[in-house]
Formats: sequence, structure tokens, C-alpha cells
Amino acid sequence: MIKTIPKKDTARPRRSSRAAKLTVKPASGPARLQLEIRPVRRADMDAVIGIDATVTGLEKRDYWLSLYRRYGKTESTAQHFLVAVRGGVVVGFIIGEVRDWEFGSPPCGWVFGIDVKPDARLGGTGTQLLNAICANFRRAGIRKVRTILSRDNTLVLSFFRSQGMMTGPFIPLEMDIDV
Amino acid sequence: MKLQQNSRLAIYSLLEFAADPTRHITTAEIAEKYKVSSHHLAKVLAELTRAGIVQSVRGVGGGYRFAGNAHRLTLMDVISRFEEILPADNDIAENTPVGQALASVLSEIDEIAKASMRSITLATMQRMIERQPRAGSDRDAKR
Repeated sequence: MIKTIPKKDTARPRRSSRAAKLTVKPASGPARLQLEIRPVRRADMDAVIGIDATVTGLEKRDYWLSLYRRYGKTESTAQHFLVAVRGGVVVGFIIGEVRDWEFGSPPCGWVFGIDVKPDARLGGTGTQLLNAICANFRRAGIRKVRTILSRDNTLVLSFFRSQGMMTGPFIPLEMDIDV
Repeated sequence: MKLQQNSRLAIYSLLEFAADPTRHITTAEIAEKYKVSSHHLAKVLAELTRAGIVQSVRGVGGGYRFAGNAHRLTLMDVISRFEEILPADNDIAENTPVGQALASVLSEIDEIAKASMRSITLATMQRMIERQPRAGSDRDAKR
């Protein structure tokens, strides 16, 4: 397992750490407009697809429209596709559902998609989206929310950590399927 | 995973500073709280000062104050200033299938630990502290 050894030359001057130099961008004009969290509408989908394409570098229109049909048009209390709108512009979204199929675990809320426009970040949008979907889960009687993501995705991992999420009792496993 | 004392002192100190970035806190104050040598702690704080994470203010009312961004500074940023994080020592069976299989398991655990350290910021730590049962924290009692 990890072994650490002290750095011997702590007196050597070093450049400031990357993290220490980063600053929180002050809220700009539009950021002061009130944020509305509401269920997604068909008219929001171009913006949602655009945010995802900006962040991932890949436009997945068919995939997102299928998600809209499954999660956006339903009246189900178990499936939620919410958007954050500021000044009439969609600046973020979150998708999740109630799942109860993990090897006998009690039903829990699963968040499997969240994103905020890069220029709208650091303003609490992600927090409000997560709070809103958790409120929906709570109304459905759910008391636990989970997600899964790559351990290299430090940005989103840090966000969920900042919301109080901890490593859960499940371990993700995978393997290559031989051809 | 066991952290070196310098890393732990750095994290404790930064959490003290970040709790009130306007307040100057002396080395002696932190040393007393955590029952460590002021001399040892001063070396740790000097390193944090060189990194620009804290600022040192001299004179009456002086001390150290937080100068970083608690929402961006991660545990890994702090720890990596004080220790090298290395894979476990190769053992005598490193070139055998058994040794390689064991190394694979240990590497998996390492990667999870490092991902946790990279994703937990000081601000997240502050929230975790706030959620601790009151009896387990003497932060408020000391102030």
C-alpha cells in the first residue's frame, strides 16, 4: 500500500502550489440573477446538449433526446431530469432516479448526470441542483443518495465530496470480456 | 495510509487558519492545542508560507493567516509538500506471478487513497468537522 516518506529538504524555496494560486471567480452580472431549478422541457434540450458537448467535447444528441423521453417526459416520482435556469438561460442540469436493484440494497437515489456551464460555475448552481433532486428523492421516501464516477474526475469528485458524499459500502468492479 | 507528522501538522494548522482567515494565529497557539513542539511546527508553517498558502505577519498581534483558497486546496496539495507518496516497496517476489498479483491489489488500494486525497479540499474538511459530534471536537471549547 501507499508508503510515504518525508521530504528532506523542506527549506528549499518552491513555487506556490497550483491550488493555492487559484482564485474563486467573483459573481458576474448574470450570476446575480435568481436561479430557478425546474423539470426539463423539450425546449431546454438544445442547451443541455450544448453544455454536455462543451464539457465532454462530444455532441450526443440522440442519447440526450432518449434521456429526455425516459426521464423528462415521465410523471414518475422515481425519475428526475432537472435544469437550472438563470435569466432565461439553461446553465446546468442534473439527472437521477430511484434504484433498488443493487444486490438487495434498500432503494436509494442515484445521480448519474450533472453539469454546469463552465462560465456559470462556482456560484452554487451544482449545489442547488443536487439539493433539488435530493428533495425529490426525499419526497419519494428515499434517505440515501449515491453516484459513481471515475476517480480521475477530480472536478466532479470534489464537488460531490464538498456536498458531504463519502465513499460508500459498494465497490465498483469491472473486467474485460474476452473476445 | 499513515501520514507523516509534518503533513498532519500542516493540515491541522491550515484548518485552524482557514476557519477564520482574518485572524492571525501564532505558532505557540497551535502547538499548545495539538501538544507538539513549537520549533517543529514552525518549520511546517515556514514551508506553508513559502508555498504561499499562509502568510506570516511579524510583530505584536502577528502570527499566521490563511492565504490560499479553501475550495481549491486539496489534502493532496498539502501532503505532497511534505512527503513523497510512493508505491509500496517491491518485495522479494516482485517478478513472480504471485508478487505481481499482490502488487496489483495494493496498487488498486493506492489509487483509491490518492483519488480521495485529490478530491477533498480544506473547505470539504471544514464541513466534515462541522458535522462531527460536538463532544468529539474541542474547536469551539477552546475559543
